[in-house]
Amino acid sequence: MSEKPQVKSSPSFFNNPRNRSLIYQLLLLVGLAYFFYGIVSNTLANMEARGIKSGYDFLFTTAGFDILMSLIPYDATHTYGRTFVVGLLNTILVSTIGIILSTIVGFIMGVAHFSHNLLIRKLAVAYIETFRNIPLLLQIFFWYFAVLAALPSARQSMSIGEAIFLNVRGLYFPGLIAESGAGIVYGAIAAAIAGIFFLRRWAKKRQNDTGQQFPVFTASLGILFGLPLIALLVSGIPFVWDFPELKGFNFRGGVTVIPELMALALALTVYTGAFIAEAVRAGIQAVPHGQTEAARSIGLKESKIMKLIVVPQAMRVIVPLLNSEYQSLVKNSTLATAIGYPDLFTVFVGTTLNQTGQAIEIVFMTMAVYFVINMSISFVMNRFNASVELAERN
Amino acid sequence: MKRLTSVIATGLALGLSFGAQAGTLEDVQKRGSVSCGVSTGLAGFSQKDENGTWSGLDVDVCRAVAAAVLGDAAKVQYKPLTAKERFTALQSGEIDILSRNTTWTHTRDTSLGLNFAGVNYYDGQGFMVSKDLGVKSALELDGAAVCIQAGTTTELNLADYFRANGITYKAITFDTSDQTRAGFESGRCDVLTSDQSQLYALRIGLKDPSSAMVLPEVISKEPLGPVVSQGDDAWFNVVRWSLMAMVEAEFLGVDSASADKAKAEGNPSQKRLMGSEGDSGAKMGIPADWGYNIVKQVGNYAESFERNVGAGSPLKIARGLNAQWNKGGIMYSSPVR
Repeated sequence: MSEKPQVKSSPSFFNNPRNRSLIYQLLLLVGLAYFFYGIVSNTLANMEARGIKSGYDFLFTTAGFDILMSLIPYDATHTYGRTFVVGLLNTILVSTIGIILSTIVGFIMGVAHFSHNLLIRKLAVAYIETFRNIPLLLQIFFWYFAVLAALPSARQSMSIGEAIFLNVRGLYFPGLIAESGAGIVYGAIAAAIAGIFFLRRWAKKRQNDTGQQFPVFTASLGILFGLPLIALLVSGIPFVWDFPELKGFNFRGGVTVIPELMALALALTVYTGAFIAEAVRAGIQAVPHGQTEAARSIGLKESKIMKLIVVPQAMRVIVPLLNSEYQSLVKNSTLATAIGYPDLFTVFVGTTLNQTGQAIEIVFMTMAVYFVINMSISFVMNRFNASVELAERN
Repeated sequence: MKRLTSVIATGLALGLSFGAQAGTLEDVQKRGSVSCGVSTGLAGFSQKDENGTWSGLDVDVCRAVAAAVLGDAAKVQYKPLTAKERFTALQSGEIDILSRNTTWTHTRDTSLGLNFAGVNYYDGQGFMVSKDLGVKSALELDGAAVCIQAGTTTELNLADYFRANGITYKAITFDTSDQTRAGFESGRCDVLTSDQSQLYALRIGLKDPSSAMVLPEVISKEPLGPVVSQGDDAWFNVVRWSLMAMVEAEFLGVDSASADKAKAEGNPSQKRLMGSEGDSGAKMGIPADWGYNIVKQVGNYAESFERNVGAGSPLKIARGLNAQWNKGGIMYSSPVR
């Protein structure tokens, strides 16, 4: 029986695994820091040597160009900084429209996949397979150059009751101009929303206590439309219609939805909707069939089974997938530049960058914005995810 | 310890790679080709035919530089760029020359790290409208929708002009001139605005060119010319004088057909331009017969103009401002001596 050599109790400093890993990590950190320092200082030195201006002063100088669509007052006398805000708001607008509509389309199509009706089921499959497999840029071009550009000219607009007009320049519909007393109506709308919120809580509590159900949906509808209507009549209808009218070349007045926005929102909705439909399908399929059978066996109606048993469990699968679809949608909205929708990328990285030449600053600002938008989406969706997650007993 | 040293070595290598750059002229000579930024396709200025050969007034500047430096006008690598990409491509050193309908303005010259090497076309901004609008002047365009290319001086001039005249309008911006034309054709806008030379080129590309007309107003000065990076004077000189040589050759009456004769038995000015007298090439660090190569292979300015945008082309643009100074224009070259 030979004795094993004793392990040295104190290895040399470099042979100590902890020390070694610490040293390598420190070296890597120093190397990385030096690398980034090199990039930044090199860039600055080169820019200086080539006489390229740097800094953020340009944000306060007059832009001198116009933007097709703005949610805030803007004209050529405003600053480059304001073009940033205009572009940002347009990006948020199209992303919000896209997220809401694609969620609706996606859920309908995802559920339609399980329909007992063959036609509906096949339609859903055809929709998903078609739009999921065609590049988004091509779809944007399709909507913009093939569908919307084929609409009639301004003088031959399609119209509904001489109030809503559709032509190659966009969709025009009457706007509402608020007069004094409109505050009462806005208040009524807010009160109606709050009322519905409390009604739902009350109805749920009553059902838990007594088992009796209350027709929440119809009651909510009644409040939502009834209350503002009463307010309208009481305040003597403090709104006037602003009808679009053909003057000279174009329609003036009313509200205009430019075709660029329509095309981009449509394309983003249809494209992302197809992916969301797949996510919804996956989520529903992940719920074991036994759950549905169990629900049937205790006598729940088919509609209640979907709403109370299947969808809540499916959400656990769907929500994380939705998160990444929403983030893709926001990033994909930069394709706006192909058709000239004035989003942040088109306005700020496009025109502003070119007029000022401050490429590094502008690209950095824009990257930071998309990062922040997507981190916010992620934050909200993670919160939402936590609320639908399986509550496990400890 | 071995790994430790390799980590340090990598760090040092990274550090070394942040080195300085050599001059563009040496780079071009070493590489054997000139990298030239052109448009994505604009009739008369830079366009690609079905064989993939580039031609145009702007392309000829690149060819002239290649002829001067490398003795072969064909040694050019073309990089098609949109208006939005062009300055970044030059600043980053991706291209040696930008020859792409670029207007010489104060901001661009002073704050973008660029130098304009001269003017190869004097242009001005105009408007193209559909004939059935019945508009005869730009001042009648109140409320019109205007198609425009993003990232151009045109965008700024348009805002200035309409504001000064109290006219309202909607600007619809596109990325490339093809998309701008498609927008105009589909009726998305009433008016297309751009430099006049481009308007003629875009009008030819319409399905029915006679349906559109160019309005008489010229609302801006647009001196277009080749651009190089700031801080490389040797290269700047080569580009500037390659352009000058074409204009000077026209002034001296030398063209591609008579270049050999002028080189052998021309008058002293012609001989200096052709490189058979003096040392103009050596002063720039390029071959002595640089001027001869330009004129022989590319032609003088008149030849280039007529071939690409003038009488010999579908555009049929008159010389106008771009004629020689002694023939009613403002094209003027400094003497080679």
